[in-house]
Amino acid sequence: MQALVIAAHGSHLNPGSSEPTFAHAETIRATGAFDEVREAFWKEEPSFREVLRTLEAEEVYVVPLFVSEGYFTERVIPRELRLEGWDVADWESDGTDADHATLTAADVEKTVHYCGPVGTHDAMGDVIVERARSITEGRELTDFGLAVVGHGTERNENSAKAIHYHADRLRRSGLFAEVRAVFMDEEPEVDDVATLFGTDDVVVVPLFVADGFHTREDIPEDMGLTDDYRQGYDVPAAVEGVRIWYAGAVGTEPLVADVILERAADAGADVADAIAAVRERTRSGPEATIEAATGRSR
Amino acid sequence: MTSDVAALIEAAGDGIDFDGLIVEDTAYGYRFETPDISKRGIDTSELAALADGDPYVANWRYWAETVGGHGTARRAFLRWLEGADAAATGDDAERGDNVEEVDDAGRDASAEREDAERDDAGEDASVDARERLAALRDDGRVRTWGELRIRVRLTDAGGERVYDVRHRDDAAADPRDLDTYRDPGAAHDLVKYDDRGRYRPLSTAPSLPHGWRFVELDGDALVDTVDFVYPATIANWHREREGALDVTHWRETAARQTGIYDLVSDLPTEALAWAAEACCVDGQCLKRRAWDHDADTELDVPRGDGEFPCREPCSLFVAAAREFTKLEDEPEDTYEVTLSESDIEGLGDLVDAVAEDRVDEVREADLDDGANRYRVRYLRAKRGHDLGIDP
Repeated sequence: MQALVIAAHGSHLNPGSSEPTFAHAETIRATGAFDEVREAFWKEEPSFREVLRTLEAEEVYVVPLFVSEGYFTERVIPRELRLEGWDVADWESDGTDADHATLTAADVEKTVHYCGPVGTHDAMGDVIVERARSITEGRELTDFGLAVVGHGTERNENSAKAIHYHADRLRRSGLFAEVRAVFMDEEPEVDDVATLFGTDDVVVVPLFVADGFHTREDIPEDMGLTDDYRQGYDVPAAVEGVRIWYAGAVGTEPLVADVILERAADAGADVADAIAAVRERTRSGPEATIEAATGRSR
Repeated sequence: MTSDVAALIEAAGDGIDFDGLIVEDTAYGYRFETPDISKRGIDTSELAALADGDPYVANWRYWAETVGGHGTARRAFLRWLEGADAAATGDDAERGDNVEEVDDAGRDASAEREDAERDDAGEDASVDARERLAALRDDGRVRTWGELRIRVRLTDAGGERVYDVRHRDDAAADPRDLDTYRDPGAAHDLVKYDDRGRYRPLSTAPSLPHGWRFVELDGDALVDTVDFVYPATIANWHREREGALDVTHWRETAARQTGIYDLVSDLPTEALAWAAEACCVDGQCLKRRAWDHDADTELDVPRGDGEFPCREPCSLFVAAAREFTKLEDEPEDTYEVTLSESDIEGLGDLVDAVAEDRVDEVREADLDDGANRYRVRYLRAKRGHDLGIDP
């Protein structure tokens, strides 16, 4: 038997925080690729601390639904799961290429495959493209600028690394006219997004796991889409003569389920059929993956 | 899937002694016994004829194959639901889980508590398999789990069970008044908000919404549904029954916190007790608190009567403790405020109304209640400045 645990932050205050986690879990559950699929949270239940004991499977793949490597993926989750002998060096990562580590947990007799976060997997680039495509309703993306939005370095330097990593790959893919990484709390700032591009249209995709305060309130106001988020905004909205197509948090995109499966597959889970099924179900248009466009893959 | 009869003959070699059914393959032929029939020295065709359609054989098959999972929390929970568990010996059905051997002394206190609340009151866990199966066939058996009311029934065909779940307050509700679900996946959305539409960050808060039911669930779907409503409660309940609950006391939980929660280790023990009284009693959470300050320092606060244990302070408690720690860290001072006796009483009413979540119940024109809105607005108008309340 094999089980999948999707480990996410959750919230005591914002009920929407865990919605993408449940949605992706449901998508993967429907494929039947895992005997058990369980959501686990830092702030909701089951907690990281108690999720492993709810499983009957002896092989468990834990995939953090976080955008970058850092405090939660490197310290909190391994500590709370009681992963024995965990050392962040096991991931052999420079901040964006964590793969997986195979460990045991102190409170259960199981093998735990602890995977890198969803946000830094190469397949996340495909999700960004998919998100851009769905919000622009099938227009030719090569006419568009793409802004990938991150939180910035305030809390964690790897947060910015992940944004730059995807922006660089997407730029090389040639799928967009221009690609830039922008941030909430460092240069170049999301506030200036309308002036950063040479294109008439810019699609803005925040690399966030769930919609919340930042993606629903701060970013739309910072970009000048609206003076007051409560009044909403148009897609696209004109700002300084540029049409801004704001996509909202990429983590809510159904194709994220595919990235979760890719993470588990990289760690040895037998999920090839499920990956094909999820791609079939969650992709809106013809496949135009970054790998296909650049002819490279990690 | 093979037939019940074929499965029985295959298993007979190892011997079966389960829920009143005894089958043995002896040198003198098969032995086949149920509460209704006793045969020895029969051949395979006679055994097949007896087993065909026998309710005890179908019951054995359900537990052996449909449920399986010996030693799992899932199986133990499903056994417990229909009173087929033997707390004294654990779920060791295949080693002779004969309900007749189970006496009251062997049952744990929680099972007794539960029995007292059962809808089919008057029955005891030591009823024999005949009565138990008859009850499952007739009206089914009902148990509560937190605020859930779970009913298990035998289906028309064989030993398969179906499980229904609803809020225990909705026990007598007309099904037409309840929204009906069959997919466990619907449960987490359903219980995310209380009846007043407020987000429930704590799954075991006694604020489960009403007005829904899950029907026709199989055993796995029932357990999944309960896991969505009360995550990890079955697993920890099972560990406790097995004598293997790994309690993590506050001191250890606090010590491993980092980041913004690093400071909770500074919460004084006295304040920890106030915090547990504020957050962990039955009126706030249905888990039964198994943790204390540390293994040697108990908190003098009721643990609760819940069926399932709380093995460690939860994330909500840790977040609350962070605020309490900051409060405790503040210097105290003496303030002079002039109040009447009624003002003091009114403030008491107000604190009590908020603490007991009854603010919404205070009637608009009940100015006798210190938590009445007009009363409080009057107090603010008159004394707001002295109390440091900005109007």
